[in-house]
Amino acid sequence: MSDAMSGIRRQLMWNRLISVVEELAQTLIRTAFSTSTREAGDLSAGVFAPDGRMIAQAITGTPGHINSMAASVQHFIRDYPVEGMQPGDVFVTNDPWKASGHLNDFTVVTPAHLDGRVVALFAATVHVADIGGLGVGTEARDVYQEGIYVPIQPLAQRGVINETLMRMIRCNVREPVQVEGDLHSLMVSNQGGVDRLLGMMREFGQTDLMELAEYIFVTSREGMIRAIQALPRGTFHNRMTIDGFDSPVDLVVAATIEDERILIDFDGTSGLSQAGINVPKCYTDAYTSFGVRCVVGPRIPNNAGSLGVVQVVAPEGCIVNAPHPAPVAARHMIGQMLPDAVLGALYQAVPDLVPAEGASCLWNIRVAGGPGTPGLTASQRLNSRRFGITTFNAGGMGARPVSDGLSATSFPAGVRNVPLEIVETMTPLVFWRKEFRENSGGAGKWRGGDGQIIELAHAEDEPFTLNATFERVDNAARGRAGGENGKPGVVRLASGKILKAKGRQAVPAGDRLIVEMPGGGGYGEPEQRGAGMKARDKAYGRG
Amino acid sequence: MSITGNTDLRIAVDIGGTFTDIVLQQGERRWTGKVLTTVQRPAEGFMQAVQQILSETGFKPAQVGGIIHGTTLGTNALIERKGARTAFLTTGGFRDVLEIGYENRFDQYDLMIEKPEPLVPRALRFTVPERIGANGNVILPLDVAGVKAIVPDLRREKVTSLAIGFLQGFTNPAHEEQARDILLAEMPELSITLAAEVCPEIREYDRFSTACANAYIRPIMQTYLDDLEQKLRAAGFNCPIFLITSSGAMTSVDVAKRFPVRLVESGPAGGALLAAQVAQECGLDKVLSFDMGGTTAKICFIDKGLPQMSRSFEVGRVYRFTKGSGLPLRIPVIEMIEIGAGGGSIARVNDLGLLTVGPDSAGSEPGPVCYGRGGSEPTVTDGDFLTGRIDPERFARGAFKLDRAKAEAAMGQMGAGLQLNAGQLGLAIAETIEETMANAARVHAIEGGRDVGAYTMVAFGGAAPLHAVAVAKRLGIQRIIVPSSAGVGSAVGFLQAPIAFDLAQSWYQRTRELDFEAANRRLAAMREQASALIRSATQAKLVERGSILMRYIGQGHEIEVELPDRPLAIGDRDALHGLFIDAYTKLYGRSIPHLESEILSWSLRLGTVPAEVQPLAPPVAKAAAKPDLQRDWIDPENGAVSTLSICERAKLDGGKTLAGPAAVVEAETTTIVLRGFSLGVNSGGYLVIDRDTGGV
Repeated sequence: MSDAMSGIRRQLMWNRLISVVEELAQTLIRTAFSTSTREAGDLSAGVFAPDGRMIAQAITGTPGHINSMAASVQHFIRDYPVEGMQPGDVFVTNDPWKASGHLNDFTVVTPAHLDGRVVALFAATVHVADIGGLGVGTEARDVYQEGIYVPIQPLAQRGVINETLMRMIRCNVREPVQVEGDLHSLMVSNQGGVDRLLGMMREFGQTDLMELAEYIFVTSREGMIRAIQALPRGTFHNRMTIDGFDSPVDLVVAATIEDERILIDFDGTSGLSQAGINVPKCYTDAYTSFGVRCVVGPRIPNNAGSLGVVQVVAPEGCIVNAPHPAPVAARHMIGQMLPDAVLGALYQAVPDLVPAEGASCLWNIRVAGGPGTPGLTASQRLNSRRFGITTFNAGGMGARPVSDGLSATSFPAGVRNVPLEIVETMTPLVFWRKEFRENSGGAGKWRGGDGQIIELAHAEDEPFTLNATFERVDNAARGRAGGENGKPGVVRLASGKILKAKGRQAVPAGDRLIVEMPGGGGYGEPEQRGAGMKARDKAYGRG
Repeated sequence: MSITGNTDLRIAVDIGGTFTDIVLQQGERRWTGKVLTTVQRPAEGFMQAVQQILSETGFKPAQVGGIIHGTTLGTNALIERKGARTAFLTTGGFRDVLEIGYENRFDQYDLMIEKPEPLVPRALRFTVPERIGANGNVILPLDVAGVKAIVPDLRREKVTSLAIGFLQGFTNPAHEEQARDILLAEMPELSITLAAEVCPEIREYDRFSTACANAYIRPIMQTYLDDLEQKLRAAGFNCPIFLITSSGAMTSVDVAKRFPVRLVESGPAGGALLAAQVAQECGLDKVLSFDMGGTTAKICFIDKGLPQMSRSFEVGRVYRFTKGSGLPLRIPVIEMIEIGAGGGSIARVNDLGLLTVGPDSAGSEPGPVCYGRGGSEPTVTDGDFLTGRIDPERFARGAFKLDRAKAEAAMGQMGAGLQLNAGQLGLAIAETIEETMANAARVHAIEGGRDVGAYTMVAFGGAAPLHAVAVAKRLGIQRIIVPSSAGVGSAVGFLQAPIAFDLAQSWYQRTRELDFEAANRRLAAMREQASALIRSATQAKLVERGSILMRYIGQGHEIEVELPDRPLAIGDRDALHGLFIDAYTKLYGRSIPHLESEILSWSLRLGTVPAEVQPLAPPVAKAAAKPDLQRDWIDPENGAVSTLSICERAKLDGGKTLAGPAAVVEAETTTIVLRGFSLGVNSGGYLVIDRDTGGV
C-alpha cells in the first residue's frame, strides 16, 4: 500500500477516534441524572495518549470542559503514573483546580491496556445532581462550604470498586443514589470507549497509538497555524465591565496574535469575589479558548495539537485565576462572559468575523417553595407541595457582521430549555408569559437578538423563593461598529417591585415573578438597516 | 396475459422527488415500473405509472383489489415552504413559543447559523386569553370575544388554514374545541387543525410545531388526494385506496386528509418495511436496514421483524443533516438515521488538507462529474467508476455513457494535492464515506443499547450494494442480504403494511401510584378512537399493542415499555416498574436501585394482522459460479489494481456461489463482494453474502 493510502487510513482512524468519544458522550447524556448534564450537555469525553496529551474529544453542549479536560489527565498521571496502572483500574476526582472548575463535576479516567501496556487513557466528566454542602450557587464563602472534595484517587482497582470512597460520597450528598449512579455510568462508558478503541486497533492492525497521535497533533497544529497566519499581527485590547456579585467586575483582555500562537492575557482583570463566582484557571482556559476558536479554526478538532496554539495567562488571585480555597461553585457565571471579552479584543483584528456582545450568561430561573417557605399560613404549611426547579433560559445573542443576532438563544453555552409544560407538571407553578421582549435587541444595521419575558406564579397563590443569578442587569451587552447596546435585564414582581439580580428573594403570596432577559448588542449604524429588514421589524414590534 | 377476478391483485405507488415507483403484485408474482415524477401535478405521474403497468400486464382497473400509496408531496411542501397560508392561534402570552423553540444552537462553533423559520410567521400568530392547568383544570376561561376578534384578521390575511394550540391543551381539549367551533361558525371554509387532536402530547413547542405543520400541508394534500381519487374512479378503479404513514401503516384517504403530517416519512418507512419483510422471510431476529441512494443513506434497526419506532422526527434540516436544525414533528415514525452519504456526495479537501466526503451532494443535476452534465466536483459515484466498481457500459441501463476523461481530470486534479492518483483517490473517497456511514450506524446502535456486530445487514437503494459489504466489514457484521426489486424497495415495502393507526397521549403517573382503573378507561377510549379510524377501511381482525414511555423520576429521556395484553390491575404497579428496570438494564447495562419510575406517555397501535410471509430457504449450493467477464479494479484490501470477476445477477441461481473479490451486476445497481466474503443465492433470489470463517 502506498504511503498516501496509509495517510488516508490514518485519517479514517482519526475519524473513528472522534466517533468513539462521541459514542461515549451519547451514553452519558442518556444515563445522567442532573438536568444540566442531560439537557445542557454539561459533560465531556476524551481519549488521551499515555503521556496525557488529548487525542480526541467529543463536542458537547458546553464549552466549559474543552481545555479543563485536556489538562486534567496530566494531573492524574502525575499522581498515578501509567506504568503502575493495571487493567480494571479507574481513577476519579472532582478537584475544581485539577478537573473542571467546581465540585459538582466528577472526572473519571480509565486506562486502555493492550498486551500488558497502557496504549491510551479515556476520561469523562459529568455534572452530578448534588455534592453536599451549599452546592451550586453563590452562597459559600470558601470551597469547603461547597461540598465534598475528592482528591485524585482510585475509584476501582483491578476491577474492584473502592467501596470506602463510594460510602464517603454517598454519605455526603443529598442524592446518593443518583450520584453513585453517575459514577457507575462514567466507569461503564469509559470501559465502552476502551473496548471500541481496542477493536479499532485490531481492525487497522495497530499495536500502538503514538504514531497516529503525533499525526493528529501535527496536522491540527499546522491547521491552526495556517488559520492564525491569515490574521493581522499585533496586540489587541478589550475591557468589558459586567455586574459581578456585589460589585462590578472588569474583564480585561490583551490578545496577542503571533506567527504561531495566540496569547490571551487577563492582566488587569478584577480580583476575587467573596461569592462563589470565582473561576479556577482551567475553566478560564476552556471558555477563553472557545471564544478564540469561534473565529480561528472553528472546524479543527480539539486535541493537544490544536489547543496548544492558544495560550491563556491570568495573574493568580484575579477572578479568572482563583486559587484554592476560593469559592467557585458558580464559576460559570463569569466563565460564560469570557468569550464576549475575548471576542471584543479579536474584533479589532477581524471585525468581519466577530459578533456584538450578547446576553451570554444564562438566565436560569431558579425557584423553590414548599413547607419551609417564609410567609405561608399555618394551613398552607400543612398542605404545601415542596418543589425546586431550574429552568434554562437565554436572552439575545449579539448581532453578527452579516445578520441579526439570534433572539432568546444561549451562547456560549449550548443549553436546551425545559418545556414549560414539563415544569408545570413537576411543580405547582403556572406560567403566564413566554414571549420575545420586543425592542430589547440593540438597533443597528443588524439588530441584536431580542431577549424574552417569562412570567410565572404559584398555582395556589403561595409565596415562593427566587435564587437569582442574573448578569447584564447593570451593564448592557454592547453594540459594535456603531450598533446600539441591547437592553439590560430586569427582574421584577407584577406588583411593581424591582428585585435584585443576585441572591435569594421572596415572591410574596399571590404575586407574579416577571423576568425580562437582556437583548444582544447591534452591529453597524442603524441608518444602514435595509428596507426588507425594517419591514420584518414591524412584526417583531421593533421601532 | 389477462386474468380475471383477482381480488389479491394490489398496486403500490411511491412518489419520490425524482421517480414515481410502481409495483403490481399478484400472489407470488410481481411486476415493477418507474416513471419520472410530475412535480407540478403528481397525480398525473401516478396515473401514467398505473396505466403503463396495466398495459404491460394486461390487467384491468376493475381487477385491482387495492391501491397503496406513499408520497413526499407533504414533505416537499414543508421543506420548500410551499404550503397553505397558515395562521396559529395560541394562549395569550405564548405567541413566540413556536419561534423560541429550545433556545439552543445546533452547532457549537458556528456563530453565523440561522435557525429554521417557523412555518407561521409572527404576524400570523394570534393569541387569546385562556389557560388550562397541568391537570386539565381551567385556570382562566376562554375569552370567546377574543376568538371572534381574530376573524377579520384571518380574512384580511387570506388565511386558508389555521392551527389552534393552547398551553396544556392536550390535558383538556375543551378550549381548543370551543375556539374551533366559534371560528368554523364564522368561516366554514377554514381548514382547522387542533394541536390536542393531531399530537396530544406534553412539550408545547413540539406539539405546536406538529400542529402548524399539519395545518400547513393539509389544504394541498386534500386537493391532491381529491384529485387522485377522482382520476382513479374515472379510470375505472373501484378498489379501496390507502396511504402509507411514517409509522409504516396503511390508513384511509379520509384519515390522511385530516392528519397529513403523519405521511411525511412514508417513502423511507416503505424501505424499512421491505427490510422487515426480508427479516421475516429469512428468519432473522436482528436486521440493520441500509438504504443508500443518490443523496442520503438511511439506517434503521429491525428487531424480531419489527422496525424500531419513535415518536419524534425532524423535517427540513436547514443545516446539512445536523440534529436540531429542522422543525420537530411529534408523530409516530419508524426510527432511522439519515446521513448525508450517497452516490452524489461531494469530495473536498478541508482546511487541514484532509479529504472529506459529503454531506453536500451533486444530486442528479448536475450530478457526478462522470455524468458529463456540468458537475465539476468529484463524487462517490466518480470514485466508484474509476476504481472499477461501476461498469460504465451497464450504468443506468446504458441510458447515458459515463465520461471517463472528465472524471479522471477532476479526480486527478484533486488527488494531486493529496499525493494520490485518480484511482487511489476513488478508493479513498469510498473508504471515507464507508467509515462515515459505519460510524453513524455504530453511534445509532449505542443509543439503542445494541451490539451492531450481531446484526444482519439488508441493503437496497441504488448505491447501497456497492458499499454494503465494506460498511458491514467495518461494523463487524457477518452477513449482508441484497433482496430483489431493490430499486423500487419502498413500493415493495408498502405491500407489507398493515392497516393500522397509532395514538399517543401524555398522561403523567408515578408507577407505584398508578391509577390503573383510570388507565384502563383511557386506553379503552384510545382503542375506540383508533378503531373508528380503521373500521371505515376494513372489518378484518385487529391486533393491539399498547406501550408507555417511562423513566426514572427526574430523568430527561424516556424508554418504551410494552403494556400487557389485558386490562391493568393493581399488581401492574410493581410489574410495570419491573419491566422498566429490565428495559433500562438492557439499554444501559445496569439499573439504579431504590429509585422509583414515572410514566409520561401512553400509546396504542391498533391494526390488522400482518400478512404471513413465505419463509425462504438459505443458499445451499457449493458450485462456484463461472464469471461472465472480468475487469480491472482497485482492490481496497491492498490498494493495488487486480482482476474483478463479474457475474450477471439474472444468471445466478441457488446452485452457485461466488467468492470475493467479485461483482454482481443488474439493471439498477452492482453488488460488490470484497475479498474475505462469499456470495450465495437463497430461494427468493436474494443475494446472501457471508464473511468467510476465519477471515478478517
